Formats: sequence, structure tokens, C-alpha cells
Amino acid sequence: MPEELLESQRETEIPTRGPTPLIQVENLHKTYDLGEVQVHALRGVSLTVEAGEFVAIMGASGSGKSTFMNMIGCLDRPTRGHYFLEGQDVSTLSKRDLARIRNRKIGFVFQGFNLLSRTSAMENVELPLIYSGVHHEERIERAREALRTVGLEGREEHHPSQLSGGQQQRVAIARALVNRPSIILADEPTGNLDSRTSVEIMGIFQGLSRERNLTILLVTHEPDIARFAHRVVLFRDGKVRRDAPVEDPADAVETLRTMPAVEDDEEEA
Amino acid sequence: MDLLATVRVALRALARNKMRTTLTMLGIIIGVGAVICTVAIGEGASNQVQEQIRNLGDNIVFVSAGSVSSNGVRMGSAATKTLTLADAKAIQQQIPVVGKLSPGVGAQVQVVYGNQNWSTRVRGVSPDYLEIRRWPVLNGSGFSQREVDSAANVCLIGLTVVENLFGSEDPVGKTVRIQNLPFRIIGVLSSKGQSPFGQDEDDTVIMPFTTVQKKISGIDWLQFIMCSATSPEAIAPARQQIGALLRQRHRLRPDEDDDFIIRSPMDLANAQAQAGRIMTLLLASIASVSLLVGGIGIMNIMLVSVTERTREIGVRMAVGATEQDVQMQFLSEALVLSLIGGTAGVLVGIGASLAVTSALQWPTRVPPQAIAIAVLFSAGVGIFFGYYPARKAARLDPIEALRYE
Repeated sequence: MPEELLESQRETEIPTRGPTPLIQVENLHKTYDLGEVQVHALRGVSLTVEAGEFVAIMGASGSGKSTFMNMIGCLDRPTRGHYFLEGQDVSTLSKRDLARIRNRKIGFVFQGFNLLSRTSAMENVELPLIYSGVHHEERIERAREALRTVGLEGREEHHPSQLSGGQQQRVAIARALVNRPSIILADEPTGNLDSRTSVEIMGIFQGLSRERNLTILLVTHEPDIARFAHRVVLFRDGKVRRDAPVEDPADAVETLRTMPAVEDDEEEA
Repeated sequence: MDLLATVRVALRALARNKMRTTLTMLGIIIGVGAVICTVAIGEGASNQVQEQIRNLGDNIVFVSAGSVSSNGVRMGSAATKTLTLADAKAIQQQIPVVGKLSPGVGAQVQVVYGNQNWSTRVRGVSPDYLEIRRWPVLNGSGFSQREVDSAANVCLIGLTVVENLFGSEDPVGKTVRIQNLPFRIIGVLSSKGQSPFGQDEDDTVIMPFTTVQKKISGIDWLQFIMCSATSPEAIAPARQQIGALLRQRHRLRPDEDDDFIIRSPMDLANAQAQAGRIMTLLLASIASVSLLVGGIGIMNIMLVSVTERTREIGVRMAVGATEQDVQMQFLSEALVLSLIGGTAGVLVGIGASLAVTSALQWPTRVPPQAIAIAVLFSAGVGIFFGYYPARKAARLDPIEALRYE
């Protein structure tokens, strides 16, 4: 990876750091009450993520990383502790307010894409805008733009079944982007993809991080994928076990160049 | 999420499963169609009865001379001589619930014109008679009180008589002979068709009752008094008061039978109409049971749909749908389903009523209120049976829903 690129990334990060961090988690606990037993999924997690960071969350299954992501994604509320999103304590908000925050500030990308079947790429991408009450014409325009960003221009009317896995994940990323969120939460986004397509997807994330200064939290258990991030947080037994910057982050464009181009025709299938 | 977008999303979701949607709608279509069709048949029948009631006249209370029995031999009705013009005048003056009335006498006569003759019933009445019966004069004019006072030889004839004596000739101004007396025809009555009891109402001659009393029957009493109560509700009090007045005037002892008979044909017709209405109501409620079954069908399909689309619900929640948004989505699907079904059902019902009319010659009428009620009712069914599945969808935990296989 060229040194200049790393330098330029650092430079762009620093000025955006405001007085309050984007994500500030303090002593977060989550306990599931299953009747006879209580499962402590999170046992006091504290973490700060600044705007524009690209963080990989790693850990074995059961380490609490999924629970943590659900908290960060405002899909669930902590049992104890605080979660400040852009300075606002969201751990006490109502379900309705949480839905609003998910809509405006968070974009989700899932392992299984989770696109609506028998619905065009365009309409899938429009979905968050419908819930924020954006007007029809503007929805179309913004959805088109988001699809262009992920390189799917001309596939607007394709249904998920007519798209390859990589293309479907791009639609999902476009959907996550369309409402201009502060954070993208990607839960094993490459888990269902072959290695080349995985790198392509990581390339998109890197581009978004670099060009738009988007904050990206990525759950993965593949060290190869985590290498594309700038910081790796390792979970174990409901706690943060390690939190360190990536020494020499891989560049997706570079990596692609060195990869054999065998699966190139897969996309057209 | 605005209304239009909600409906669009609902339509799209329904369009994805066309077969299932159609079958679910069929329940509502059949239910609404059956309700509309039974109401249309009932309404048609009731209209026919109403028409007959209207034809009878204006809240008629018909007093006829009663039977007498002398030495155990009972004569038929109109056999007594006790009903008089004075009775008629007393009713007119003393009973305010009676509006117009006409004294009457009748006789079976042979009417002769040129070389034609025809046996018919002559009715001697007062000028108010035609008004009470709502029986307009087609050609010429009716007679006046002056002609009653002078017992003039004038008459009005019904269309059946015209047909049998005159053919295509215009009878007004012509003279016919009845019991060798000349009578000038001053008018032709419009067609009244059949009475509810099947008699040809147009086979009649009408003239002043004085003329019939003096020149045809040679009597000084009346055979009937046709009264008109001031309103349909006044019929019963009028009957009762007329009865009391006549008993008093005829000096009947409490243990003596009436020497007159009071009838109100409207009561009969009303009873018939009432029975018809009850029948319609009964049939319509049976039909609406099928609407209920249709509603249960909607609920069933919506529940399946919620389960099938658990992941979709999870995705929608993740991208910002609130519980209310999800609830509205499923509720509007149920509503759109039932409303389209209801509308189609109305069309099917109207079609079926037309088919009944053309195949069985039954009169049918689809009342506009029934259409409105049917559509509203199907919307109600949609909301009622869609609520629980929609609630279930809205209550899903987004994390669980996203993980659902």
C-alpha cells in the first residue's frame, strides 16, 4: 500500500474529529433473561468511535459482537450503561425514536443481503426514504444516485433474483447509503460471497470511507477482510479484548489487481 | 408514510400472490354479492307491494253495510239497510282523522251502446271518490256535486267497458243505455289494472250515488262508505272511531253484532310488506354470514403472510419503519383486499339481480344505501380481521425477524 494514501487518510480524519465522538459507549451491559438462566451477552463494553473511522469488529460466535452491533444499530436497548450517538443518549429512547434514528443515521448491510424479493433494485433502495417521508421524485433521484455510487447504473429495474450475489450486496449498500446516514453497520457483508467479490465489496466500503468520510463498523471473522479496515476491535466473552489500529491496511484496488480474474464472468450469469 | 404510498405498497404485495389474493377476495365477493342480490330481490318485491298499496287509494277505510240474520238465515254483506247518507255525514263531521269520504252504492247492470252490450258493475259515488282512490280521468272530466244533487244521468266508464262497447271509437259525449235510461258519458277513467285481489278494476261504470239510488236500484240507503284516513297511522283510530260512532247511531246494544263491516285493505298490504321485509332481512343476514366467513379467510391469509414475510418486516424495521408503519402496512393490505372484494361483490350482486330479473321475471332493485353499506361493511371486515395479524407483525422484534429463516 502506498505511503501517501495512508498519509492522506490520516489527514482527512483529523479535522473531522469534533468535540463529541460519533459513537461513545460506556460500560454497556446486556443480559438476556431466559427464565432459568441469565445470559450475559455484554459485560461492560466501553468504546469510542470517531466520525470517519473504519472499524472491524471481530470475535468468535457468542463473543457478544452481534449483540453489540444490535445496540449500536439501535435495534435493541442495553440493560445497563450508556450509548451516546452524536452526543445523544439513545439507550433510553422509545421504540419509535429508535426507528427514526435507524432511518436517519444508520445504514445496515447484512450477510444475507436482505433485499425484498420480487422488488426492483430501485424500490429496494428507496425503502428507507419511504419511511422518512421523502417525496416520490426525490426518492427516485436519490435511489438512482445511490445505485450509481455502488456501480449499478442501468440495473435499476432488475429484481434481486436477476442479480449476482455481489450485485445484490451492492444494492444493499446503496440502500444503506441512500438516506445519508452517519454510520454504516455491516454484519459479515462478505460472508456469502466468494473471495474476489468480497474484495470488491470491501473496495466500495473503503471508497465510501475515504471519499465521504463515512463511519463504517464491520463485523467479520475473516482476518483477511478485517485487514481492509483501519482499526480492529476484538470481542471475547462480552468484553472488548483488544482494540488496535491496523498497522498496514490493505487496499482493495491493489489487492484486486493481484488476484486472478477467473470469476469475472460470474456477474453476468 | 403517506396514504398513497401505503396503498401502493399494499397493492404491490397483493399483486405478488395473485392466485391467493383472488381466492381470498372470493370470500368477500360472494358474501357481498349474496347480500346485494337478496336485498335487491326483497326490495323489488317490497316495491311491488308498495305499488299495489298506492293503487288501492289514500289510506282507505272501507265501511260496508253488514249482514243481517233474521230467523237464523244470514244474508250476505251489504244486506242491511241501516247504513245511510246521514251516517256518512256524521263520520265526516265528527271524526277528524277521516279526511275525504264518499258514500256508495253498487249494482250489476247491463250497459247498451248501439248493437253492443256489456254486463258490468255500476258504482254510485260522490265526486271525492276518484280522489280517494287516486284514480285520474283519462279523457273528459268527472262529475260535480251539482250532478250528485240533481241525480244527473251522467257516467264515467272504465277502459274494459270502453273496449267492449266502443272499440276504437271515442266514447266521451256518447250516450249509453242502462236499464232503458240514457246516460251521457262524460269521461273515461285511466287504467287501474288489477286490484290486489285479482279483480279487473277497469270493468266499471261510475256515476253519482244519487243517480244509482233513485234511478237504478230504487233504494235510499247506502251499501258502502269509502273513507280516507288523514295518514297511514290514522287508519287504526279511524276504524275504531267509525265503529263506535256507527254502533251508537244504529243504537246497537253491547251484545249485538255490528251491522256493518269495516275493512282497511292497506293493513293487509302493509302486513304483507312487513312480512316481505322480515324475509329480506333474514336472507340478508344469512348471506352476511358468508361475509363473515370471508373475513376469517382474510385473517387466515394475513397471518400466513405475516409469517412468510417476517424477514421483510425485519428489514423494514431496520431501515426505519416504526411499529405503526408496519401495522398500517398490513392493515391497509387487509383493507385494500376487502374493499376490492367488496366492490367486485357489489358488481356481482347487481349482475346477479339483473340475471334474476331476466330469468325469473322477478322485479329487483338495488338500493344505493345497500351498496354503501356493503362496501363499508366489507371495509369493516377487513379492518376487524386484519387488525390481529397486523398487530402481530408490528410487535415482531426486528432482531428476531431479521434472523428468521
